[in-house]
Amino acid sequence: MLKGFSHYVVYALFGLEQGTRLADALNFFIYDTIKIFLLLSVIIFIVSIIRSYFPPERTKRILSHKKEFIGSILAALLGVVTPFCSCSAVPLFIGFVEAGVPLGVTFSFLISSPMVNEVALVLLWGLFGWKIAVIYMATGLLAAIAAGMVIGRLKLEKWVEEYVYKIHSLGAAQEIARQTFKERLVSARWSTADILKRVWLYVIIAIGIGGFIHGYVPEDFLVRYAGPQNPFGVPISVALGVPLYSNAAGVIPIVYALMEKGMSMGTVLAFMMAVTALSLPEMIILRKVLKIKLLAVFVGIMTVTIIGVGYLFNAIM
Amino acid sequence: MEIKVLGPGCANCHKMEDLAKTAVKELSIDAKIEKITDIGQIAMHGILSTPGLIVNGKIKHSGKPLPNLEKVKELIQGVNR
Repeated sequence: MLKGFSHYVVYALFGLEQGTRLADALNFFIYDTIKIFLLLSVIIFIVSIIRSYFPPERTKRILSHKKEFIGSILAALLGVVTPFCSCSAVPLFIGFVEAGVPLGVTFSFLISSPMVNEVALVLLWGLFGWKIAVIYMATGLLAAIAAGMVIGRLKLEKWVEEYVYKIHSLGAAQEIARQTFKERLVSARWSTADILKRVWLYVIIAIGIGGFIHGYVPEDFLVRYAGPQNPFGVPISVALGVPLYSNAAGVIPIVYALMEKGMSMGTVLAFMMAVTALSLPEMIILRKVLKIKLLAVFVGIMTVTIIGVGYLFNAIM
Repeated sequence: MEIKVLGPGCANCHKMEDLAKTAVKELSIDAKIEKITDIGQIAMHGILSTPGLIVNGKIKHSGKPLPNLEKVKELIQGVNR
């Protein structure tokens, strides 16, 4: 039905001739735009409803005093469904520590939350197919679990700023009323509109790159530098990704362009993970609760883990 | 009545403060609105996601999406649904 509609617009409405490059590109653009925005709206809406059942307070209760291994797995999974923005990273971190959530488990949460989310998954699904989306989610979760467990093992509690341990909650009573299902639907609609408002431009750019630049830049341009043959492709792309900062939606146009130009999948996904999981603004925020040594360990472990994921991907794809 | 709006200063935190002020004015009640921006203080109040709204020591709201003005009035008056 969607194909029919974009066909109609391109050939009947605009009167373009079938088979020309412009017509094909436009056809692809309209079809993909509608498809991805439909997917995004539906999935963000569903995820927002699920999220309303996992406020951070509940996640904190679930994770407190959990064993390292189980805790990290749960934390990575909850990171996907707990609404979280990096502006709340500090109160959340302190709240977790105070509630007895182990340090490694807290990190698993902080890593998975920005990296594995519904916007990233829908865009990967819509642009590259569901397999890539599933693999990204699985390896993203694995990276978060592994990095959290390593940090937990290293016993780095001493490198958390001392004042964090001195904060004791005033024990303000929670009087947030349980939402009715109707209220959850209203909130979900709001969140969907809010997220779409923030990402629509990036999504259009990504699709535009796919539709129009496709075929205009030589395919092997990047292959020579960052293709599967170059063993240093992964570390180089991660090193480039760390200082860059963007959310998943923002990085997708770049990811699409890189893929189109022949960069291998593992290298591209490692780049995407580095951009979303490691960002300078978040480091600056986390510096308020972590000593510089712990921040450095965190960045180091994440970098190594992401490089590992990149190589793994390149090996199996 | 003591109302606290907690948030480090993001756009939504300002909106929350405005909502609380408007609500207090429209309800014409005598309330002191305090804005808490210190991260440690926010955490100490038990708020995990900002902005938070505390009325007479009780957490009434935390995080996004923000409640609308009517809802804020209800939260402040302590009207239970």
